[in-house]
Amino acid sequence: MTALPPRFSDWFAARGWEIHPHQAEMLARADAPALLLVAPTGGGKTLAGFLPTLAELADGAHEGLHTLYVSPLKALAADIRRNLTRPIEEMGLPVRVEDRTGDTSYTKKRRQRADPPHILLTTPESLALLTSYEDAPRIFAGLRRVIVDEIHALAESKRGDQLMLALARLESLAPGLRRVGLSATVEDPPALARFLARAEAPAEVLTADPGPDPDIRMMRTRAAPPWAGGGGAYAIPKVLDAVRAHRTTLIFHNTRAQAEIFFHNLWLANDDGLPIGIHHGSLDRGQRERVEAAMTAGALRAVVCTGSLDLGIDWGDVDLVIQVGAPKNVKRLVQRIGRANHRYNAPSKALLVPANRFEVVECEAALQAVRERDLDGAPRGPGPLDVLCQHILIAACAGPFHADDLFAEVRRADPYAGLTRADFDACLDFAATGGYALRAYDRWQRLKQDAQGRWHLRDPRAAQRIRMNIGTIQDTDTLKVRMRGRGPMLGEVEEGFAASLSPGDTFLIGGRIVRYDGLRELTVEVSPSPRRTPKIAVFNGTKFATSTQLSARILRLFGQDAWPELPAHTAEWLALQRRISRLPAPDRLLIETFPHEGRQHLVAYGFAGRNGQQTLGLLLTKRMEEMGLDPLGFVSTDYATLIWGLEAVPDPAPLFDIAALEAGLERWLASNAVMKRTFRASATIAGLIERNTPAARKSGKQATFSSDILYDTLRKYDPDHLMLRITRTEAMRGLVDFDRVREMCARVAGRIDHAALERITPLAAPLFLEPGRVPVEGAGRERLAEEAAAALMAEAGLDA
Amino acid sequence: MNGYDFTLAGQQLCALGSGALWWPERRMLCVADLHLGKAERHARRGGAALPPYETADTLERLDADIAATGAGCVLCLGDSFDDDAAAQALPEAARLWIARLQAGRSWIWIAGNHDPGPVDLGGTHLAELPAPPLVFRHIAIPGAAGEISGHYHPKARIRTRAGTLARRAFLIDRDRVVLPAYGTYTGGLDCHDRALADLMRPDALAVLTGPRPLPVPMPRRAA
Repeated sequence: MTALPPRFSDWFAARGWEIHPHQAEMLARADAPALLLVAPTGGGKTLAGFLPTLAELADGAHEGLHTLYVSPLKALAADIRRNLTRPIEEMGLPVRVEDRTGDTSYTKKRRQRADPPHILLTTPESLALLTSYEDAPRIFAGLRRVIVDEIHALAESKRGDQLMLALARLESLAPGLRRVGLSATVEDPPALARFLARAEAPAEVLTADPGPDPDIRMMRTRAAPPWAGGGGAYAIPKVLDAVRAHRTTLIFHNTRAQAEIFFHNLWLANDDGLPIGIHHGSLDRGQRERVEAAMTAGALRAVVCTGSLDLGIDWGDVDLVIQVGAPKNVKRLVQRIGRANHRYNAPSKALLVPANRFEVVECEAALQAVRERDLDGAPRGPGPLDVLCQHILIAACAGPFHADDLFAEVRRADPYAGLTRADFDACLDFAATGGYALRAYDRWQRLKQDAQGRWHLRDPRAAQRIRMNIGTIQDTDTLKVRMRGRGPMLGEVEEGFAASLSPGDTFLIGGRIVRYDGLRELTVEVSPSPRRTPKIAVFNGTKFATSTQLSARILRLFGQDAWPELPAHTAEWLALQRRISRLPAPDRLLIETFPHEGRQHLVAYGFAGRNGQQTLGLLLTKRMEEMGLDPLGFVSTDYATLIWGLEAVPDPAPLFDIAALEAGLERWLASNAVMKRTFRASATIAGLIERNTPAARKSGKQATFSSDILYDTLRKYDPDHLMLRITRTEAMRGLVDFDRVREMCARVAGRIDHAALERITPLAAPLFLEPGRVPVEGAGRERLAEEAAAALMAEAGLDA
Repeated sequence: MNGYDFTLAGQQLCALGSGALWWPERRMLCVADLHLGKAERHARRGGAALPPYETADTLERLDADIAATGAGCVLCLGDSFDDDAAAQALPEAARLWIARLQAGRSWIWIAGNHDPGPVDLGGTHLAELPAPPLVFRHIAIPGAAGEISGHYHPKARIRTRAGTLARRAFLIDRDRVVLPAYGTYTGGLDCHDRALADLMRPDALAVLTGPRPLPVPMPRRAA
């Protein structure tokens, strides 16, 4: 038990503050080996995390590093340093605090290694890099506590797996290390605490008073939302009213493209000239920082944003959060709502704006879930092996190791507690020799064993290259966008998007419409465009899939006799669907078939999420092709897939045989772009491919190898290779999301309702307006290329 | 023959979809930038151990082209090996394979910037090959005529209704041909690049490799 030293209570008292109960509790439980604090935003969470550290350091007896603070954001580390400096100075504590991120200067980093501060603030990647140095044992020898901030966000990605491996390493260097996690509201705090803790060690949870229930509603507009689309443009007048009625409003969107379009439309309607900004991950850092500064200063009335504002410090005095588009995931919605009103014990206020008619239902389902505090989330899978491969290389950089020791240490990280020795050995073999069926690198192994059987780098120069590639964040290759004639930087677009532009094309970035002029030294040059309607920017914004839990709620809602809680236009729509066809039910699969405009259509209401439905569409059309049903194309949403073709499907049930679907999946995956993308990500993490350095891209001669060629080569010559195994696992979890298809088949268990109808149904109609139609091609791609080449030759007056 | 026929300095030539050039009159098959042993060199220099199958894959494709054309002469246009050491370290199976391909036909190694030294594999080693009215060398010389070269690994992009397509490409104008790289692990230089844009005439063609070679006007950056 660490009591609050008088110096601290005096400080609190002098500021007229009272210590929060959970802050006192953190002090009381300072000796816990692993303690997770779940507290709402604005609850003094960070101070709660640091109080025990400050108390322990107050007597000035501790030499060297005492506490390591890890956060997902570089900006957060810098901000915490400023926030901590104040109490330390005001209480006159003998404590040195420094941050260390990718932005820290080389000299400062060197000095930090020689003479570490008492408190070091860093990111998972910078920490992994620190552990790769030979002097890591000396740096971390006196370490007592680790604080992992925003652990709920880290746990959702491979950054969390990497961090837990690094903590396992730290614990070997500093036995008795205590771990503290700080988290927003999550669905399963004990699971998150176990993730934080050393495997098999006790993991405690401390839940702060969550405060009053949020004041959250669906925005009601006179006009019904449109049948399809995700823009929410119809609601702009009401959104402007809401902005006017509040001090500062955050307007969240699910994708960057939607945020851009909404912001653009908002400005066109902003007759009062309200100061409104935009913030998302594709914008230039300088521009984002200006928006953040303006918000903190209270100079903005609203910010249109994406997940880029999900984390981080308190951005000014936000008193309203608006979510445009279905929230897709209740937990993220709750966390976003928490951004409003950072004063503890005041309810957060939020408005949901469904972007289309179906999303009205989804928003209602989400509201119910929020009221019942029923959060969604899937259990974490086992730690991915690509991250382990990188970890093995990092360990080798730090010094020679015995495989047995490293295996035991890795298994002390919770995500890898169940790791088999066979998988570990496969990863070690991959790191050492490449792990190929053809043993080709005996002379040039990356790792070799010395006389005592310890693994070490064959060529010490390799350490440099390995360190350059540390991290699990995938930065897709992006190009900077700047105004022509050395004008200001506007942001970034994906290389693939830039490649699709022709001079004269217009797109939206940072809320303005620009004209593409050309590419100059890997910078997209643009000029202002007077047009009012742009060609839309396809940013690499994530398209979230609706969670399993939320999908299940929507299905339950469909089962009600009537829908008094829904707006009349939506309730009538559902009633009409029930009269004409039927509504999808939780334990059944509804298939509708009907002719429309000379083609046969099939709709499968699988509720398997966007990625899952997309995969389902690909597999079903493949099977239909084999059965001679001549499918022509399909389109998917979070809840259904619409397929059109030349032949009617009299009996759809055999199409949904899970074994046949799974067999088709194997074949389809072989040449699939999703697999190649996944392979590239995993191969980069595992160290097979090096990140493209800006210098290498500039020279035009790529230093890296085309990952597509490596993928094809492996599939052809070494189909059982570890990297292909990892790719398959990752794709199934991620973009392919076959798990959701499998789950759907299990839920339905063959109970398929086939409604053969004469015409299009109310629930199917919006699908006809969905963008993202996928054509089904046999040898189509080559044909299209020939067609395009012939057109170009003809245009040039040449015969091919 | 799956190829694009054209004439250079009065000679009938054929750009094959595989990236090889076929000169029917001399029964000569020409390939550029095989970069054999690239994965080995990468590992030797401390890089990752890439899948060690690219030499076999490159030879397999070359084998198929030789069989399909019945070539009497094979000319490798430089950078056949990723460096001289890679040539020395070539696995025994690859050496035997090359020896088998060389049997019954003439074989010429042109020196490249990656592999200037002679190799102890069969065949003739030359700095360049004058074969009037054509000349074969690794790096193009501005102002030359009837010239066939490699080195730049050109690739070209076209837009189709299904999105952008980027492939290795031959660049052809009335003075010269620049061959695409043939090796499995070779990257490419976009023909937008200054080096290629300046080298080729304004009316040059790019012939994209693939199941069927596709000729297009050489894509250039908008002025």
